[in-house]
Order: sequence, then structure tokens, then C-alpha cells
Amino acid sequence: MRSARARFTFLIKGVQALTLAVAVCFSLGATDAGSRFTNLNHRLMCTCGCAEILGECNHVGCPSSGQELTELKAGIAAGKSDQEILASFAAKYGATVLAAPTGHGFDLVAWIAPFAVFAAALLGTILLIRRWGKPRGKMESAARSSDPATDALREKIRRETGDDGGI
Amino acid sequence: MAAFGSLALLIALALAAYNLLAGTVALRLLATGQPAPIQPERLADTARRAGIAGFVAVTAAAFALIWSVFTNDFSITYIMEHSNRALPAAYKFSALWSGQEGSLLLWAWLLGMYGFVLRLTHKSDVTLYAYAGTIMAGIQVFFLAVLNFAAPPFALYQGVIPDDGNGLNPLLQYPEMVIHPPMLYLGYVGFSVPFAFALGALMMRYPGEKWIKITRAWTMVTWLFLTCGIFLGMHWAYAVLGWGGYWGWDPVENASVMPWLTGTAFLHSVMMQEKKGIMKSWNVWLIFSTFLLTLLGTLLTRAGLVSSVHAFAESSIGSWFVTFMVIVLAVCIFTFILQRSHLKSEQRVESLVSRESSFLFNNLVLLMACFVILWGTLFPVLSEYVQGTKVTVGAPWYNRVAVPIGIFLLFLTGVGPLLPWRATSFRAIRRNFVLPVIVFWATVVVCLAVGVAPWKDGAFDTGNFYALVAISTAATVFTAILSEFVRGAGVIARQSGRNFLAATWLLTRRNTRRYGGYIVHIGVVIVVVGLAGSAFNRNVESELALHDKISVGPYTLECVGFTQDSNLNYNSEYALLDVYKNGKKSFQMSPEKRVYLASEQPQTMVAIHSVPAWDLYVVYEGTNPDTGQPIIKAFLNPLVGWIWFGVALMVFGTLVALIPSLKPTAQKGAHP
Repeated sequence: MRSARARFTFLIKGVQALTLAVAVCFSLGATDAGSRFTNLNHRLMCTCGCAEILGECNHVGCPSSGQELTELKAGIAAGKSDQEILASFAAKYGATVLAAPTGHGFDLVAWIAPFAVFAAALLGTILLIRRWGKPRGKMESAARSSDPATDALREKIRRETGDDGGI
Repeated sequence: MAAFGSLALLIALALAAYNLLAGTVALRLLATGQPAPIQPERLADTARRAGIAGFVAVTAAAFALIWSVFTNDFSITYIMEHSNRALPAAYKFSALWSGQEGSLLLWAWLLGMYGFVLRLTHKSDVTLYAYAGTIMAGIQVFFLAVLNFAAPPFALYQGVIPDDGNGLNPLLQYPEMVIHPPMLYLGYVGFSVPFAFALGALMMRYPGEKWIKITRAWTMVTWLFLTCGIFLGMHWAYAVLGWGGYWGWDPVENASVMPWLTGTAFLHSVMMQEKKGIMKSWNVWLIFSTFLLTLLGTLLTRAGLVSSVHAFAESSIGSWFVTFMVIVLAVCIFTFILQRSHLKSEQRVESLVSRESSFLFNNLVLLMACFVILWGTLFPVLSEYVQGTKVTVGAPWYNRVAVPIGIFLLFLTGVGPLLPWRATSFRAIRRNFVLPVIVFWATVVVCLAVGVAPWKDGAFDTGNFYALVAISTAATVFTAILSEFVRGAGVIARQSGRNFLAATWLLTRRNTRRYGGYIVHIGVVIVVVGLAGSAFNRNVESELALHDKISVGPYTLECVGFTQDSNLNYNSEYALLDVYKNGKKSFQMSPEKRVYLASEQPQTMVAIHSVPAWDLYVVYEGTNPDTGQPIIKAFLNPLVGWIWFGVALMVFGTLVALIPSLKPTAQKGAHP
């Protein structure tokens, strides 16, 4: 019978093998040519006022989507890059034709702020828990109720008013 | 009836104002013990009774509006703008919330109803209920003041009264629209109750956590209503808007999901307060934020701050909401600063890897999701202010920013229950996590094998990649939750000799809140799998002559006819399509396009054939004006049915969690 350590090593190796297999699978598919048209028409908005993604606008006789799609096809056929096509749309229809903020100037804030706030909040929480986890010093002891009678009363209240706690 | 309705609203305002003033004076007298010409208890009781009478008055006003709709009283502007004679009876009820004034009246009525129930059950804790009832009266004063002075639903039509009304918005003429808005409002308004209890408990320095126990059912029921409201809205959007999706990140949709996220965080962290006496300030602010977000959502859409396909036209009530929000926030901050010593935690989180910290991180991620949605909703306004140009923050942005946070949240949902309280060891982590990790990687391999790959048309695709990670994480979380059931039920089965199913049932009955919660989590997992399916949607669009065919996935659709129909309410065009699967005729579908006579607005009626693997979703887009032939768009949307099934499971789990657990004595009796 193998030891627990050997079993764990075997498990780690298994996970590594699986990771490698998945990585190989990922790289296999990434060599085909992609459909830029579908990708790009989902990065643009229909300008008729329906507030829908260009590729999903479903109004028969929509005054805008047909023309926009034609321009998009023409841009791709002309060999323009994605950025050039998006820039030409923004120049013609205004910045609201782009379905998401660009990665330049103030628009960049839209992308960065959520992750920056998340990282800061995560770091703050980790630091807070680590601080709490340290042996309590004088100040922290003082911050907590040091009166045993109060503690006992609080515990009694909790017992009498709470239930199984649910978790 | 307009005069009766207006008078009822005025009386309701007077009663709510009395409730607020008399309640405040009585509670002040009780708190300070000052002598007064009237006993404070009696004064408080008159305030309570005024609250009950106020509900009767608001009910009378709501009845007056519904009566006016049914009697086609077009002398009332609201009725003229939102109803017509041919409108079916069920949709006449919808007229109550189809416009701004009506929906505010619905809000006030629901608030009155919640307050009515609260005031009838006041004997559980007279003083705490008096505080909560007075705070709710304050909220009611605001809504009734808006209804009386800024958005009166009974305003009379100026000029010659028309013979017929403009009709109800066609988008609202769908069965779910009779249920979805009231559900959403029940959720929105319901959060006033835990808010009132939290603020009241803080004001009176309520000892212990009984207020949480009192409000638990309120909060869960409210959360349930909001959940149902949001998902009914998704289903309505899916079935009516005809673009093949169910969530468009519209500001109104975002406004509904923000309080849901903070409410969900509150439901989790409040358990920590009950069990460990921690996160008290956090919880108070969570419920304050949830209530404020319900107001912010209303402000965003009604003040014209952000543009939305759902939003009402810009109106003057935005400034009313801003003022009210500032007052509420000031009261919250003032009370918190004054009473913060009452909110000191009795214990602390000791380890980064523990059940307590997982709750903390879960809360953090839920709040981050809320922040991301708020940020995305407000960024166009911010951009216009800073750089002078508005930008669109649409689905591509949310998919890149919100989806990873959602997947991380899902991961925490599975990890939390696997962690022990206080602290853990590496050995314990290894023991608990081996199986979920194996399941994660096995799912990745299976997904790749069946074609759920992170590339599309040969190139790496973010959506597909997220779908793969979401499905694999969902499988991991499902395994983790299931192992909790198996472990617990296994012990009971061994001890009592019951079969495994009976043991699982007893396990759930013993701690309904915990295992009900797990059922909700399983529902969430299933919803996530359904959402991940959207990465693999396919569609085909074509003009179809008679007996022309189009194919999507395993289905071939043949046009066997297109015709027209009409009734008093609308004219419709529809196509008859025979659907073949594997060469055999399986069923028929008839997607439709209506044009409502009163409003002259078109409306799509999508035909949907749903099986567990996918939905065949067919839209009649109209006719080509040159050829007169119908244009049909057919979508194959994988796993959509899983979303609705997952929601049903979430509802079931919440209902289980609402059932009281078996008492220890009953448990003894349950054993043989």
C-alpha cells in the first residue's frame, strides 16, 4: 500500500499531465483563420437608437444596420486592421458607436478601475485578516469587551435569540 | 373616481405623516423617560394604527386607478396614455405599473402592505417594531408626497377627452409582464423592511441579534421576490425582444441586479453575525446600501441620467429622489457614528483560509460585482462630464470585466463549505479539495472532447474560454456541494439505518437553512452552466418563399405557409414552419409579428422549442417589402433551459431554507 505522500505526489503529477494535455489542446485550435466580421459586428452598436449590438439588430428595414454592416464588410475587404475599422466608425458615427470604451485616454479608466478597486479591496481584506490573526496586543484586547459579565450576557442573549446559525 | 383616488392619496399622506411624527415623539419620550401629557406607549400605538389606516387609504387609491382602467375613464391622463378599450382584462392590471405614476403608486401600495403586516405582528417586540414602523412611515411619506405633488396618477386630461386611449405599450402585452414588475417591486420595496429594522435596532442599541432573526424571513422572502423578478424579466426579454438573448446590460436591468447582489451579500454575512458576533458594522452598511441602491436604480432611470430602452422619459421626480437619498444617507451616517460602539465585533477572523474568511471574500466579490455594474452604468455619464463625449458601455465591456468576477464568485461558492471554521491545515485542505480539483480537470478534458473549446472559427475566443472555465468551475462546485450532502447523509444513514434518500431528507430537515442554502447554490451552478451556453449560440437568417428551407444545427425549417390575422387589439402576420430533425418531421412552429392598433407599434412573438440541450428560437422579422416574403431568423441557443431550471431550484432552495429546522426533541422522535 502506497504512503499518503506517494499518493499525493502521484496526484500532483496527474494534475500536471492534465494541464499539459489541455495546453496542447488549446494550442491546436488556435492556428485556424478567424471570422473578423462576426467579431467586429459585435464590437459595434447599431445607430438607429435601438441600443442593440450591430450584429444582433433584428429590425427589418432598420435605417442604420444595413449600411453599417456594408461599411464593415468593405473595411475588411480593403485590408484595414480592426483598430482602423473601429476608428473609422467612431470618426463617422461618434464614440457611442463602439460597444465598449477604447483602451486610450480617459476610456482606459473604465477598464482599469474595476480591477484596481478589486485588487485594493482584496489586498486590504487579506492584510486585515492577517492583522486579526496575530496574537492580540494590549490595544486589541482593550478594543474587545474585557468585562466577563458583559461577555457572558452577550453569549446568553445569542443563545436565547439565535438558532442553529444556519451554516 | 379621479377625485376619490386623489383624496385617498392625500389622506394616506396625512396618516403616514402622523405615523412618522407621533412615532418619533413617542420613541423619543420612551428613550429619554421625559414626562409627557400622554403616555408614550399610547402615542406609539396611535402611530401604529395610523400606519394601518394609511395602508387602507393607499389600497383605496390603487383600487380607484384599477377601477378607472376597467371603466375606460379616459378623463384621467394616465389611463388615456396607458390603456385602451380593446385591451384584454389581464393587461388592464398591467396598466397600473406601465407608467411612472402608476408604478410609484404600486411602490407605495406594496410599502403599505409590508408595513401593514409588520404593524399587525408588532407583539413580537413592541419597541423594535415601533422603531421599524416609524422608519417605514418616513419612507412612505416620501413616496406619497411624490404621488401627491410631483407625479399624480389621477391628473385630469386637459382638452377634449378622446374616445379611446393610446393603449398599453406592446412590450408589456405578454403574460410574464403581468407578473414580472410586481415581483421586482416586491423585491425592491421589501428591502425597506430589513432596512427599517436594522436602522431601528441601531437607533435603540438593540441588545443581541434578535432583530436579525426577526428580519431573516423578511430578507429571504424579499430576496426571493427580487430573484424571481429578475429572472422573469430575463425570460420576458428572451421571449419578446427577439434578439435571441436574455440580458443586454441595460441600465434598468443593471439597476435591478445591484440591490440583489448586496442583498445576497447581506444574507451571507448576517449568518456570521448570528454565529460569531462579527461583521456587525459591515452588515448594517450592507442593508443600508441595498436600500439606497433600490432608490438609486429608480433615480438612474427616472431622472434621465442614463439612457435605457426601458427608462421612462426624463421627469422632475429625479430631484425628489436625490433629495430623499441624501436624507436617508445622512440619517444612516449620523446613526452609525452615534451608535458605532454598539457594533463592536465580539470575535475576529483568525485565518486567511477558514470558513469565516471565505464569507468575507464572498462578500467582497459580491460587492465588487455590484461596483463593476454601477461603474459600467455610470461611466457614460462620467465620460461625458470629464471628456465631453458620451461613450457606450455595452456587453463586450461587461463580458470582459464582470464575467471573471462572476466565475471567481462561483469558485468561492464551492470552496466556502469545504473550509473548516477558525483555521485549517494543509492536510485538511488536501483532503477536502482532491475530488473537486480532479472533477475540474476532468470536466475541462470532457468539454474539449465534446467541442466546448476556447476557440471559435479557429481563433482564440474570450467568450468560449470563459464558458469552458465557467462549466468546469460549476462542475467543481457541484461536486463540493454534493459531497457535503453525501457526507452528512452517510453519517445519518449509518447511525439510523435509514436509506440514503431518507437520510438526506432528514439531514436537510435538521438544518434547513444550511441545506436549503446549498440547494440554492446548486441552482446557481445550473444557471451558470446555462449562461455559459450562450457562447455557442448559432443563428441563420433568410427570406423564405413557400417550401423554402433553412437549417440550423440538427433542425431544418420548411416554410409551409404565411398568413395574417386580426382582432380588436392587434393585426398579426405569422409564418407556419414545419421543423425536421434528422430528416423526420418533428413539430411545427409559428413565429409571429403583431402591430397593435391603438399604439401602432409592432411587436415580435418568438416561437421557441425548448429541449435540455438547446432552444430552437425562431423570429418572424417581417416581410420583405419588395417580394412580400417573410424573413425568418432561427437561433440555436444551447443550454438556455438550464437557466430557468436553475432558477426554479433556487426558489425551491430558498423555500426550504424558510422552513424552520427540526427541533432537537423532534429529531429524537424522528429516530427509530
